[in-house]
Amino acid sequence: MSDNVITAQKLTKRYNGVAVVNGISFAVARGEIFGLLGPNGAGKTTTILMLLGLTDISEGEARVLGHDPEREPLAVKRQVGYLPDQVGFYDNLTAAENLRYTARLMGLERDAREHKIASALGHAGLADVTDKRVATFSRGMRQRLGLAEILMKEAQIAILDEPTSGLDPQATVELLNIIRDLKHRGVSVLLSSHLLERVQSVCDRVALFSQGNIALIGSVSELGRQVLGGGFRVEVEAEGQGLAGRIAAIPGVQRVETAAPNRLLLHADRDVRPEAAAAVVAAGGRLLRLSVEEPSLEAIYTGYFKTHEGERHAA
Amino acid sequence: MRREGSALHGFGVVTIKEIADHFTSILVVVLVVLIVATAVAVVRGAIDQIKEITAEDPFLFLRLFTRGGPLPLVALLSFLVPLVAIGLGFDAVNGEHNRRTLSRILSQPIYRDALLFGKFSAGLFTLAVSLIVLWLMVIGLGLVGLGIPPNAEEMARALVLLLVTIAYAGFWFALALLFSVIFRSAATAALVSLGVWLFLTILWPLFSPALADAVTTAGDVLGVLDTRQMFARLSPSVLFNEIVAVVLDPSVRSTQQSMLAALGLALLERGAIPDAPIPLLQSVLIVWPQIVGLVGGTIMLFVVAYIVFQRQEVRA
Repeated sequence: MSDNVITAQKLTKRYNGVAVVNGISFAVARGEIFGLLGPNGAGKTTTILMLLGLTDISEGEARVLGHDPEREPLAVKRQVGYLPDQVGFYDNLTAAENLRYTARLMGLERDAREHKIASALGHAGLADVTDKRVATFSRGMRQRLGLAEILMKEAQIAILDEPTSGLDPQATVELLNIIRDLKHRGVSVLLSSHLLERVQSVCDRVALFSQGNIALIGSVSELGRQVLGGGFRVEVEAEGQGLAGRIAAIPGVQRVETAAPNRLLLHADRDVRPEAAAAVVAAGGRLLRLSVEEPSLEAIYTGYFKTHEGERHAA
Repeated sequence: MRREGSALHGFGVVTIKEIADHFTSILVVVLVVLIVATAVAVVRGAIDQIKEITAEDPFLFLRLFTRGGPLPLVALLSFLVPLVAIGLGFDAVNGEHNRRTLSRILSQPIYRDALLFGKFSAGLFTLAVSLIVLWLMVIGLGLVGLGIPPNAEEMARALVLLLVTIAYAGFWFALALLFSVIFRSAATAALVSLGVWLFLTILWPLFSPALADAVTTAGDVLGVLDTRQMFARLSPSVLFNEIVAVVLDPSVRSTQQSMLAALGLALLERGAIPDAPIPLLQSVLIVWPQIVGLVGGTIMLFVVAYIVFQRQEVRA
């Protein structure tokens, strides 16, 4: 068996005959962060609910850690942590009491429970509000409490539905850090989002959803090459004579623009930063800054749909 | 293919959490205090009345429940118990939806069964505890106020009343639970539950005779009365009152007695000897169909709630 923790084969969900998820297939490898991205209503949450066995699968097949979520939901739910979209807690209970309730539903031993709750709250940065009622929590704190629940569960897979929606930038950064921390613990993460640029930084691979289908799947840079024709944009800031000419001679560089004095913008078909640095140094110049612009998911998404809209209209 | 694991895994955890919620809920505390306070007032009135009766009545203690002011205790129970039960149940499931806790709880390794069973048993437990407290207070007040201890027969009948009241509360709780599954808005569920309660308790007993007369083909007065009674019995409050009338008064030997008396017909006409007290078992046998009806109705409502909940989508 390959090392995929989640596989979906032609997964389909129909409500009253209308397919909201239409035969999608994808696989999440162990230890990676996989993003389901797309606009609201594209079928991301429905896909997640099918993987958790919380809604019936109309057609196709899903396997989570080798289990069928429809037939063995408990085996799946024991090892998968789920953070729903706009997660809710019992407002009249404290953070620790909320976790205690789910810990008992998970069947955690009494001895291990308190220790796990404390350590999970600590990791989520909620140690000092352990005994505060959740009613007083901000949106970001609730999301982190949801992640603390997954940490406490010691889940092998974390499924996060819109984890960053409605959060301010600071809370988003904190949340993304906890998600990276999950990955370092060896947890595979499946997350969904409609905020493309926010999750771009954490996802190893993404699947772009559109109207119940997966339009594109792969790593962000792969998709960038595929859709945008592989433009790498390298920015070089350096002082020196005749740098533009030397850099233009680097194999792979298609075009050099002078964006500002001492600032060059290279269009290349690969990451040419090492060669560009070498060229500047060889010319006796002073290299001030060197950066590569990753293709943005936003650009990929709009780029993809622009071409496909065009095709559809042509057809 | 059988599903894996027990459907009731997590049932105890849910039950305990829900009971804790009920007993710390302001709404529930207010309702219980209201019903207990009213009951105490009513029972004090009943004690004053009973003191004026001569002690010839062998079942003096039971009069605690059936005498007193314009509204005896059993009438109060038949009216207020549904209110408490609806207060406990109207936001049981839709509350989880609205707090957005449902999908998080259901993503734990439990089946939906555990959640619904847990909520139902916790509600029933809370109602039972409240009613037992109420019952003990009434008995205690009676002991102090009347100064005579109840005999075994009276205690047994009072106990049957307690059990029947719990079953009656269970019916209304199951009704509220069903609406909390069907309606996503707690306010809608509460209003519909209260609407059904008002209809069944107050309006139905007024309208059902006319409806019964419209469909009956019986020519004689007794036939007409039978049909009317069958119609009225669709209301759980009517069932409760019939049970209570028979269980708390050993001299009553038919659920039609008071109705016939109102028409000036003695039970003699139906071949019975009035006024001699009958044993408890006989009383219970007379109203056994009503008791089964109440419990059966409760189970039926719960089953419908269960089916709807199982098929419901988790997401909003």
